[in-house]
Amino acid sequence: MVTLRINGKAHIVNVPPDMPLLWALRDVIGLTGTKFGCGMALCGACTVHLDGQPIRSCVTPVGAVGSKNVTTIEGIGATPSGKKIQQAWLDLEVVQCGYCQSGQIMSASALLASKAHPTDADIDAGMSGNICRCGTYPRIRAAIQHAARAASPAKTGG
Amino acid sequence: MDPVSRREFLIVGAAAGSGLLLGWHMADARPAAADFAPNAFIRIGTDGRITLIMNQVEMGQGTYTSMPMLLAEELEVGLEQVQLEHAPPDDKLYANPFLGDQETGASSSVRAFYEPLRRAGATARAMLVAAAAQSWQVDPASCRATKGVVLHGPTGRKLSYGVLASKAALLPVPTQVPLKDPKDWTLIGTPAKRLDARDKVNGKAQYGIDVRLPGMKIATVAASPVLGGKVAGFDEDKALAIPGVRQVVRLDDVVAVVADHMWAAKQGLAALAVRWDDGPNATVSTADVVRGLDEASQQPGVVARSQGDAAGALAGAAQRIDHVYQVPFLAHATMEPMNCTVHVRKDSCEVWTGSQTLTRAQATAARVTGLPLEKVVVHNHLLGGGFGRRLEYDYVTQAVRVGQQVEGPVKVVWTREEDMQHDFNRPYYYDRVAAGLDASGRPVAWTHRLVGPAIVARFAPPAFKNGIDPDGVDGAVHLIYDIPAIQIEYVRHEEPVLNTGFWRGVGPTHNIFVMESFVDELAAAAKADPVEYRRALLGKAPRARAVLDLAAEAAGWGRPLRTGRGRGVALLYSQWGSYLAEVAEVEVSNAGEVRVHRVVCAVDCGTMINPDIVKAQIESGINFGVSAALWGEITLKNGRVEQSNFHNYRVLRMSEAPAIEVHLVRNNEAPGGIGEPGTAVTGPALANAVFAVTGKRLRALPLERQLRG
Repeated sequence: MVTLRINGKAHIVNVPPDMPLLWALRDVIGLTGTKFGCGMALCGACTVHLDGQPIRSCVTPVGAVGSKNVTTIEGIGATPSGKKIQQAWLDLEVVQCGYCQSGQIMSASALLASKAHPTDADIDAGMSGNICRCGTYPRIRAAIQHAARAASPAKTGG
Repeated sequence: MDPVSRREFLIVGAAAGSGLLLGWHMADARPAAADFAPNAFIRIGTDGRITLIMNQVEMGQGTYTSMPMLLAEELEVGLEQVQLEHAPPDDKLYANPFLGDQETGASSSVRAFYEPLRRAGATARAMLVAAAAQSWQVDPASCRATKGVVLHGPTGRKLSYGVLASKAALLPVPTQVPLKDPKDWTLIGTPAKRLDARDKVNGKAQYGIDVRLPGMKIATVAASPVLGGKVAGFDEDKALAIPGVRQVVRLDDVVAVVADHMWAAKQGLAALAVRWDDGPNATVSTADVVRGLDEASQQPGVVARSQGDAAGALAGAAQRIDHVYQVPFLAHATMEPMNCTVHVRKDSCEVWTGSQTLTRAQATAARVTGLPLEKVVVHNHLLGGGFGRRLEYDYVTQAVRVGQQVEGPVKVVWTREEDMQHDFNRPYYYDRVAAGLDASGRPVAWTHRLVGPAIVARFAPPAFKNGIDPDGVDGAVHLIYDIPAIQIEYVRHEEPVLNTGFWRGVGPTHNIFVMESFVDELAAAAKADPVEYRRALLGKAPRARAVLDLAAEAAGWGRPLRTGRGRGVALLYSQWGSYLAEVAEVEVSNAGEVRVHRVVCAVDCGTMINPDIVKAQIESGINFGVSAALWGEITLKNGRVEQSNFHNYRVLRMSEAPAIEVHLVRNNEAPGGIGEPGTAVTGPALANAVFAVTGKRLRALPLERQLRG
C-alpha cells in the first residue's frame, strides 16, 4: 500500500512501488487528464508536479514520490501560476487536438512559478521537453508571455 | 477526390418526446422520414437547448467550432447556445458528401458542410418563425429571429425557440429558404472562441485512451514487427508471474497481455520475449523499396494530365533539365497512441475509440465478430491527433480480435514503439521530372512521372479510376504555371512490405515538394529570381500571383539577410481549392543542421468561417511540415521499422520552432481546405531556402540527412 497526496487529497493505492506514477494516476486512481505519450520521458505529455517541480510521471516510480505533493492538470488551476496559464491558453486559443496540452500547461505553470517574466530562452529551456504534434508552439510561447504580463507588468519591459 | 453527390434532402421530424429535429439525407439514402427520428443533425429541445450532432470529428482542426458557427449563423442563435454530441456511425445520415461515407479527412469538412449546415439552420429558423407567427396569427414577415427567440416587431411579443420547437416540428418544411447575404453575417468570418478549448486546458477532455469502464482490463500488444510475420512462440509463464497480469491472448500475428493496468501489461509483454516467424519480408530494407520504385519509373505511366506536345517541346527546347526526386516513408506519430476499448459479448459488441471513419470502425467490428451492424455500438471521442492515421481502423480490428478472447471490457493501448512501427506510413514516392526551357529560360515543356502505391485503390476503390490514384496525383495535375506543354504520368507501384496510407497534406505534400523544388531549379537555370520567375508564369492565375506577391512583400524578399541565412519560396494550389505562398528563412550550420528562423505564409482559402482557426491550422501545418522536411523518415532493415520513439523519429520542439507569420486574403470565393496545405507548402520552401544558403539542391528528404550524407 502506498499513500499518494494528489491535488491536496490522500489516495491509498495498492500498486507495486516500481509502477510509474503515470499509470497509478490514470489506471488506478482514474485521473486521466495526465497523458501517456512515449513512456520514456521524451515527449512531456505526462508532466505533473512534485512539490511544484515538473517531472515526467511516465518514468517516476510511485515509490519515489514519498510524501511529496503531486499536482496534476486536474488540480493546477488551484495554483496562482496554473490559473493564469490556463486562462492565457484560453485567451490565445492555444489548443488544437489538445492531447499534449495537459503536459504543456504543467510545464508552463512550473516555469511561470519559478520565473515571473520568462525570456524566450527561458521558455525554450522550460518547454522543449514537451512535444506538440499540432505545432502550437508559437501560441504556447505567446500565451506564457501573456500570462506573465497578466501576472505583473515587467519592470524592465521584458 | 470529386464530391460524390451534393444533393441532399432536408428532413424534419419531432424529437423523441418533443422538440424539433432537423437533418438531411444524401440522395438515394434512407427514403422515409419515419426512419429518421433517433438521429438528426440538429435537435432543438423544448428547453431551448440546441444540439448539433457532429459527424465530422475533432482532431485539433477546429471543426467542433466551425461547424456550429455555420449552423448558428443562419439559425440566429449564439455560438454558446449550441451543444455538441459526437455522431454515432451511420453513413446514410452522416456521410461527408465529398468523401461518400462518414469520414473526416481531405481538409473537406467546411467545403462539404458550408452550404448544408447553413441551409439546415435557415430552414429551422424559418419554421420557428412560422410557428411563432401562427401562434400570434400574424404575418411571418413581421417577425424576426434573434439569439434563440422569435420577436414580433409591431407588438414586441416574443417566444423562445424551446417553446416553439414542438409546434415548428409539425409544420411543412419550406423549400428555398434564402441564405443570408455574407455582408449580413455576424458570426461567420469572426475569430469566435473554440468550443473545445476549456476542457482541453483543465484535463476534462475525453480521448479514446481515457475510457474507463467498470471491470475494464487494460491490454498492450505486440504485432509482428515484419509485415506478414506470425507469432512463433513466447514464455507465457513469465508474463503470468507478473502481479496484475491476467491473461495472454495469442492471435496468429499479434500477442496481447491483458492486465489490471498498463504497467503490468507492459512488463508482461516484455517478459513474454515473443519469438516471430518473420515471413517473406524478413530481409527487406529501404534500399530494396527504392530499387523497385526506380525500376517502375523506367516505364511510362497512365497519363493524368496532358496538354500540348510535351515530348516534342522537350526535344526542341534550348535547354533540357531532368531530375529524380524522392520522398521517404513517414509516420504520423499522433501524440495519443493508437488505442481502442471493446466489450465483446455473445450477441453484441461495444467499441470506444477515436476514429476519423466511424462507420468503418463499426463495420470491421461486425466483420470480426460476425454480428450484424446494428449489434455493434461505437462511441467516438476526441482524437489526440489524426493527421490521417485514424482514417484507418486496423487498431479497432485488432482490439475486437483481442476482445473476443477476454471476458468483460478491455482497453487495448499501443506503446509508442508499437504505434511508430505499425503505422500506415506516408508512402515512399519516386518521381522523374523534366523541363525544357527556351533561350530566355522560360519553360516550354514540363513532364512529371510519379511512382508510388495507390492508397485510394485500397481505401476508396470507386475513386480509383482509369488506373489513376486521384490523391497520388493531387497537386501534380494542378500545375498552375503557364507552360504550353505538360504531361503528368502516374505509375502505380505497390511495395507491400510496409502499410501505407494518408498522411497530412496527402498527395500534395509529396507533389508540391517535387514541383516547387523543380521550378526553383528552372529559375536557377534561367539565372532568374525565384519569385520573379514564378510570377512571370502566373499571368493566368491571379489568386496564385496575389498570394505570391503578398508573401514576398511580407517576408522582405530580396532584402539582404544576415550572412549564412537564405530564403526559399514555394507556391501551392491543389484539389483543396486554396492558394498558399510561403517564404522560409533558414540558416545551415557547417555540420548540416538546418535552423528555421522565420516562415511567412500568405493564404487565400476563399471564404473563411473562423480566420483565427485558419491561422492556427496554417501555423500547425507549417510546424508539421518542418518536422518532416528536416528529419522525418521511416526506414526498414530486415523488414523492421528502425525508428521506435521520439529519440530516433525526431519532431519539432519549442526551441526549434520558427517564428510564423500568416497573412490571410479576405474574399468571398468558395471556401477551400485549410488543415493540410500548410504542411504541403513547407517542405519545398525549406529545401529552396537551403539551396539559397548552400547552393546544394536537395532532391530527396529529409534535408538534414541529405546535407550530411
